[in-house]
Amino acid sequence: MNKRLLSYLLLCLPVVANSEASKVSEHILKNGLKVLVKEDHRSPVVVSQVWYKVGSSYEPNGITGISHMLEHMMFKGTDKHPAGEFSKIIAENGGDENAFTGQDYTAYFQTMAADKLAVSFELEADRMRGLHLLPDELKKELEVVTEERRMRTDDKPQAKLAESFNAVAYTSSPYKHPVIGWPSDIANYKVEDLQAWYQQWYAPNNATLVVVGDVQTQAVFDLAEKYFAELKTSDIKPLKPQPDMEQLGVRRITVKAPAKMPVMVMGYKVPSLKTAQSEDEAYALEVLAGVLDGGNSARLSTDLVRGKQLAVSAGANYDLIGRLDGLFELESTPVEGKSVADLEAALKAEVTRLQQTLISDEELQRIKAQVLASDVYEKDSNFYQAMQLGSLETVNLPWQKADEYVANINKVTAEQVRDVAKKYLIEDHLTVGYLDPQAIKPTTSNAKGAK
Amino acid sequence: MAIRLLGLLLFVFSSVTMAAAKIDHWQTPQGSRVYYVRTEGLPMVDIQVSFDAGAARDGQQFGVAALTAALLDTGAGQWNADAIAQRFESVGALFDVSASTDMVTLSLRTLTDKALFDKSLETMQTILTKPRFNAADFKREKNRTLAALKQQEESPAAVGGIAFSKVLYGSHPYGHQTAGDMKTVAALKEADLKRFYQNYYVAANAIVVIVGDIPKEQAEQTALLLVKDLPTGKKPDALPDVVIPTQATQQHIEFPSTQTHVLVGLPVTYRKDPDYYNLYVGNHILGGSGLVSKLFDEVREKRGLAYSASSSMSPMLKPGPFTVGLQTRNDQTQQALEVLNKTLSDFVTQGPTEAELTAAKKNIIGGFAMRFDTNKKLANYVGMIGFYEMPLDYLDTFQKKVEETTVATISDAFKRRVNLNALQTVTVGKTAEKSAK
Repeated sequence: MNKRLLSYLLLCLPVVANSEASKVSEHILKNGLKVLVKEDHRSPVVVSQVWYKVGSSYEPNGITGISHMLEHMMFKGTDKHPAGEFSKIIAENGGDENAFTGQDYTAYFQTMAADKLAVSFELEADRMRGLHLLPDELKKELEVVTEERRMRTDDKPQAKLAESFNAVAYTSSPYKHPVIGWPSDIANYKVEDLQAWYQQWYAPNNATLVVVGDVQTQAVFDLAEKYFAELKTSDIKPLKPQPDMEQLGVRRITVKAPAKMPVMVMGYKVPSLKTAQSEDEAYALEVLAGVLDGGNSARLSTDLVRGKQLAVSAGANYDLIGRLDGLFELESTPVEGKSVADLEAALKAEVTRLQQTLISDEELQRIKAQVLASDVYEKDSNFYQAMQLGSLETVNLPWQKADEYVANINKVTAEQVRDVAKKYLIEDHLTVGYLDPQAIKPTTSNAKGAK
Repeated sequence: MAIRLLGLLLFVFSSVTMAAAKIDHWQTPQGSRVYYVRTEGLPMVDIQVSFDAGAARDGQQFGVAALTAALLDTGAGQWNADAIAQRFESVGALFDVSASTDMVTLSLRTLTDKALFDKSLETMQTILTKPRFNAADFKREKNRTLAALKQQEESPAAVGGIAFSKVLYGSHPYGHQTAGDMKTVAALKEADLKRFYQNYYVAANAIVVIVGDIPKEQAEQTALLLVKDLPTGKKPDALPDVVIPTQATQQHIEFPSTQTHVLVGLPVTYRKDPDYYNLYVGNHILGGSGLVSKLFDEVREKRGLAYSASSSMSPMLKPGPFTVGLQTRNDQTQQALEVLNKTLSDFVTQGPTEAELTAAKKNIIGGFAMRFDTNKKLANYVGMIGFYEMPLDYLDTFQKKVEETTVATISDAFKRRVNLNALQTVTVGKTAEKSAK
């Protein structure tokens, strides 16, 4: 009964999804800027994103976090528009905007009424080559970024654990340093450092412009030509490969920080879609993450949170899209009376089970049904669709991978899932991190007259 | 040149107003209010059932509303938690129960294909009408809540938020956090949850929201099916009025963090407040508009004192919190607090400038379509309109109401509603470092 329903689902859904899917169109300007457009006419809005192929994994020691710092400085003025004006113009045009930096990319976006797309293009084109990096602005913004680091990392015990964990799990890979940068590096950026970084990476031939929304494809291409075609290219040198040294045994780290609950994280070295010998392996790892943590019926919730009641929460994470090899991560918080060691044993038992026993047909079908449904749900958001295209392009994977995703997940077999578990989830390539909580004693005072 | 061109575009397009979605509304025979919008283009639907059964209904048992909500999908009818999760996930449906101060909401997102839709709807209906409240599930979920409450104590932001609610609302039902506190949650019994469920999860207290690609007849059947097995019951009594503080207080909580979290504010506005649009637009200018607000400019852009500096004006059934907040390095807390207070008091005493108001209106009205450009966002708006019994043309008149605000009406509203001599201030951080620099 259950099975029949599932096979029906698999048969009928791809048809539904395909009939609704709008096509992505690609146009490359003479200066190398790649423009991707996906029409979605459900609402009179548009999202425009500029993705630069530069992020924390491009950074040498001494200037870690500089991509993120530059992202902040991109709002600080050009020849045409002084500091702060970019945001004011976007706001006055009804837009929302922001930017984000990751290990492999720096991206800027505006969400606007569809007829305002030219406003976004004019401003993004202007700051792609015409940024003013002023010492006074940098001085203030350094303080802002330092506050951001305090808020995101220094005062969050779990974020501190994650930062130290990455620094130990990776040896020679640039994924070892934090996106926001080490504090001493942040404190010592000079205008010249940012200027050099900007000149090196911010150019049309190192960027992808993604537009999704209520637009006409050809009109967007024309608009892109109008605003971006004159921009000069940079000489983009190939990155050094910087693969991680092979790990030769389990690594353990403890982080002591003011906290109330212990947390444990485990990470196994795994390839991404970009680095896998065969792409099947990456898709199998994606399914493996779904077996463990694809909802409330997945194994970690069923076995650890409800069944054995060892964990308050437990999760698994795999990043399909990365320029370099990454980590398959398991994270968990023990219930009162259980230790992080109990959790480690239980999580390893889950790994062993994946290596020794094929996942059930029901589990595999459940994941495939979820992927099919998500593919429909994700089309509810222009922003998400643009994110998928942009993040693929920044690691030099073709955007077509987004369209092929459902079909590729559908091809994954139980044997492939077992095989990647055996090949990659191995003890010698494991790093384990513990958060060791240190006492916090909040005291309250009514400080009416305090200074 | 470029700017002039942009100005021209604004002029050309600013007269265009958007028609918002048409909301269909009816009542089921037992008095549940139903709100339905047909959206086309994707074979999916968002369904929400909400009750006036949030933390404001906790009484002295802080956390009972949230824990009741958390138990719903751990066992219902003939299914345990594993079976319920499998039923939703095997058809790719997403199901969630969430509690807030005013309400609890069960939400389902599912595909519209009949076999998939029917299976997820049947599961949701069973969760809604036949929850089991098993002893073992109760114990586990209670322990998880207690663990989450304990973990919160390691976050200066959470510690500050809890203290801020308490100082704004005292013993009013808005004065405690939704999850409750360790002591009250530890004392809860299964019977408390069952009683809470019986009192508040009744047809007369339910609203159903359906937004997606299903025809009206199917929406009618869906709404009926969801609530038909609930007892009719009655709506709960109105919440007590909020006693707005009349004297300023300042509280510091010592905490081993590198930053001090600063919160300043008062209870101010509610959903049906005649001053709402003036307070909303004013707050947008003061600290509600992200990278271009006055607070952001004074605290971050001019002085680099914080990464985030903002204000929010939350309208609820009763006056919700007006919150002005930032986080800054411990030793510059005093300076940041002074900048925050001066920005706030200048705004309240002088109001916005004409230029600021014009810019804010352009932002709010120009970005109007983005408020409901996804099924989910639209469903949330419709849910808000339904729960707070706002006019069905709320979205249609929104732009006009914003347009009607003036410098004078905003100034007047802020002067009357934000008493600068009664601001409540909470700081959480480490004072010891002050002498270090």
